[in-house]
Amino acid sequence: MKYQTINQVKYLKFLNNEFFKEAGELSRFTARFFRELSKPKQEYEEFIHQCYWIGYKTLMLVGVTAFIMGLVMTIQSRPTLVEFGAESLLPSMVSISLIREISPVITALICAGKIGSGLGAELGSMKVTEQIDAMEVSGTNPFKYLVVSRVMAATLMVPILSSLANAISLYGAYLGVNIRGHVSWHLYWFQVFDALSFGDIIPSLIKTFFFGFAIGIVGCYKGFSSQKGTEGVGRSATTAVIVASLMVFILDLIAVQVTDILGLT
Amino acid sequence: METLAKHPVIEVKNVNKSFGDNHVLKDFSMSVYPGENLVILGKSGSGKSVLIKCIISLIQADNGKILVLDSPIQDLEQDELDHLRADIGFLFQSNALYDSMTVRENLEFPLRIHWTKEERALGADDALKEALEDVGLLHTIDMMPSELSGGMKKRVALARSLILRPKVILYDEPTTGLDPITSREISELMVSVQKKYNATSVIISHDLNCIRIASTRVIMLIDGTCYADGTYDELNKSTDPKVKEFFE
Repeated sequence: MKYQTINQVKYLKFLNNEFFKEAGELSRFTARFFRELSKPKQEYEEFIHQCYWIGYKTLMLVGVTAFIMGLVMTIQSRPTLVEFGAESLLPSMVSISLIREISPVITALICAGKIGSGLGAELGSMKVTEQIDAMEVSGTNPFKYLVVSRVMAATLMVPILSSLANAISLYGAYLGVNIRGHVSWHLYWFQVFDALSFGDIIPSLIKTFFFGFAIGIVGCYKGFSSQKGTEGVGRSATTAVIVASLMVFILDLIAVQVTDILGLT
Repeated sequence: METLAKHPVIEVKNVNKSFGDNHVLKDFSMSVYPGENLVILGKSGSGKSVLIKCIISLIQADNGKILVLDSPIQDLEQDELDHLRADIGFLFQSNALYDSMTVRENLEFPLRIHWTKEERALGADDALKEALEDVGLLHTIDMMPSELSGGMKKRVALARSLILRPKVILYDEPTTGLDPITSREISELMVSVQKKYNATSVIISHDLNCIRIASTRVIMLIDGTCYADGTYDELNKSTDPKVKEFFE
């Protein structure tokens, strides 16, 4: 029994050490990102290319999910509101929930899955097949070419995707409202915009920049620090998704607290 | 003896490199002279690839001095290092072709740093075609690396390392994983490329056929030190048991 406890303590210490080591490495990687970003000669062409891959190629997935999200949320919320005789508040309630919280977080989670794993696997396979070394040998700064361009693209594209998801989810909600009831197009949008204020939209938009940055930096870090072999590439992709998703929730928690302290809720 | 009179292109002086307790290079020294095809021979894990990566500064040596084209490669600023690397071609063991780019884009990649936009607009196409013609693969210019065979990938990777007309070419196990016929073709190609570009080559290999065809001098790397140095024929006739072990 005593022996088992000692082993458990040792294991916890090991986990603790690994956690702090990883956190330290990620912080160093982030610091290097800002150093490289501040230097002249950025890879604009690669940045545009990555914006296309990260933004345009994720739009369909985000759009469909957002539409279904708006629709389902409205359908699920209706019975509760009907019970309290507040059915007319459905567009207002759904729009606030979607814009403030659900749409940005769900979009970020989809991006963490698609973009995070993509970056982890892409850079990981480049690392193990010596493509990153080949870039360095050719005189290109691989960190600037691969990491800075991708992280910047993710930081810019996730808020754009989230804004589009907000709009699409409200269309989904309109359909949801009209499945069981009848609310005219004009009345629906009047109620939506009447309920929303800049205090709902701006903080929710700002936090998506942080979500995008976290997804990009974690995906690139995991890929760049990939160990030799295909197993390492798979592990990089998986851990990139897990860590990026966790970071989205942690950042969301911080954003909610900050918004609350600033009195924007 | 003739080579000794020349000024070395690469000088490695008393270099040490360890990974933890594993002391890979122990006080290693060597010189490579202009026009040589120097082969570094050794067992797997003997530090051959580490040495070649120290020469191009992909790995930092723990101590000692490495001069490439008279520049102390460990002491260079990043910009100076990038500039020097334009004179050094490197053929990776795994080819390291960018798999998301076509053959054309792979070859153009080094030009974007070392050539101006105007130079690229004027001369990139010709340089590309010449490099691909030299390796006999002009028809693959718009293909993706995934569409090429192992030998073709190796040739395209060689063309990419030739595009800037380097003065020094480093080959990391160029025939590993290839069939004997393709290996022979690659070995002969290395000789013809060296002649055409008047480059100096350092080849890491343990393929005896490749060494016989391509080398003008062979260094044996055993236990992190330069154990033997001579031509292929000299080492082939050696009575030293460790050298004989390789050639038998």
